[in-house]
Amino acid sequence: MLLIYCPYCDVERAETEFSCRGEAHIARPADPSQATDEDWVEYLYMRTNAKGVAAERWRHIHGCGRFFNAVRDTVSDRFLKIYKTGEPKPDLDAIAKEAGK
Amino acid sequence: MKRYSFLELAKNAFSAHQNWGRQWRSPEPKAEYDVVIVGAGGHGLATAYYLAKEHGIRNVAVIEKGWLGGGNTGRNTTIVRSNYLWEESAGLYNHAIGLWQNLSQELNYNVMYSARGVMMLAHTVHDVQVSQRHIHANRLAGVQNEWLTPEEAKEYCPPLNISKNIRYPVMGAALQRVGGTARHDAVAWGYARGADALGVDIIQNCAVTGIRRGLNGGVEGVETVKGFIKAKKIGVVAAGHTSVVMDMAGLRLPLESFPLQALVSEPVKPAFPCVVMSNTIHAYISQSDKGELVIGAGTDQFVSYSQAGGIHITNHTIDAICELFPHFRRMRMLRNWGGIVDTTPDRSPILSKTAVRGLYVNCGWGTGGFKATPGSGHVFAHTIAKDEPHPINAPFTIDRFRTGRLIDEAAAAAVAH
Repeated sequence: MLLIYCPYCDVERAETEFSCRGEAHIARPADPSQATDEDWVEYLYMRTNAKGVAAERWRHIHGCGRFFNAVRDTVSDRFLKIYKTGEPKPDLDAIAKEAGK
Repeated sequence: MKRYSFLELAKNAFSAHQNWGRQWRSPEPKAEYDVVIVGAGGHGLATAYYLAKEHGIRNVAVIEKGWLGGGNTGRNTTIVRSNYLWEESAGLYNHAIGLWQNLSQELNYNVMYSARGVMMLAHTVHDVQVSQRHIHANRLAGVQNEWLTPEEAKEYCPPLNISKNIRYPVMGAALQRVGGTARHDAVAWGYARGADALGVDIIQNCAVTGIRRGLNGGVEGVETVKGFIKAKKIGVVAAGHTSVVMDMAGLRLPLESFPLQALVSEPVKPAFPCVVMSNTIHAYISQSDKGELVIGAGTDQFVSYSQAGGIHITNHTIDAICELFPHFRRMRMLRNWGGIVDTTPDRSPILSKTAVRGLYVNCGWGTGGFKATPGSGHVFAHTIAKDEPHPINAPFTIDRFRTGRLIDEAAAAAVAH
């Protein structure tokens, strides 16, 4: 089981308090009426599914209930960075390099 | 290929079974193949076997990063069934059930297919309604499935606790009698031996590091740790690592990979006659011919390639097993492990051509690919050989995510997602 830090509650808690909501920073098409089928496929279904460093959304569902983002290594499952929703996507390559991946 | 028979068995007994010989070669890769299959699991090896056997394409290599059958083929809970909800799935999984019946004879290799029945429990009113809807849909689609009362379920599986006093009492069950188990390793080995005998090269310990595409966009071959191998066509059957391999060709897929766990107990005498699954409280269990209880747990909630899941996931399953089968409470578990399963948004597989000419993909089997191994290989071989899908796998395209013709089997998958 993972130990996860919630940036709003400022505490580390067991994974069972949290819900993972998949890849982060997938933006909904800005003008849905102009979006093509391909745009919708990309938005709804296509995922990077990275082996290595990836950004994903988590929700502290049995705590404050709020969403935040995390950068995690999907091979070791180790969290490398946790940041609040709305903050820009960090440089994953730089984080990977720092972590020695 | 040395044919296995009673006579051979008797003959080899005289030399203390020391001279059986190897079941397949370990060749160095040739410079060029008509078809290269990436991934020597059950599905990949079956694909190669049917390419050689049914389509006469024998200049085929199956390239494997580790050892053959060492991924999800060797890690699953060996369950075979076909009681999925939609007609498209009925076609695909029933095709496999048809091939399972005769597979040991076909391969001259005992895959130990045992139609001992798969029973799926219902614990709530909602479960009962969904199960019965399922049974009706199955029967309309020609898939065998029937409803049992709790008493009938107990008669079929005596260890089952049908007491009304447990947290989720058993309110009935759906039974597919033709479902059961098969020896997972033997399936991989049987197909490997059969394919090898037909001239297929199985190249183990040879990771694919790149997919080379020509100026016209089509595939030219694969880069591997043993050098470049030219190929007219490439079939990717890489299970949990499909996204990684397809990324080498610049393609994105609607897949997410999760760890799925299983565990086995110490071996005991025959005590459990069938396969029992419960989606609601999340457990499935059977007993292997060796005597171990084989238990399947759920997936972790996050993408991971760690091949190890969280302990709370297995605990959750064990809780359910102990309540449903109280006499297993003092059993000791010997081993647990994880495999990486690639899941699609609609929990149905993808067996499809891709946007890249000469590149084909067989993936997205999620938590339940083993049962489909023969059928999957059979129709995927057709897709590669003819450059068009077999009617059975025609609905299982990547394009369904654009057209919206999804095959939503989330409710029929073996584990809750």
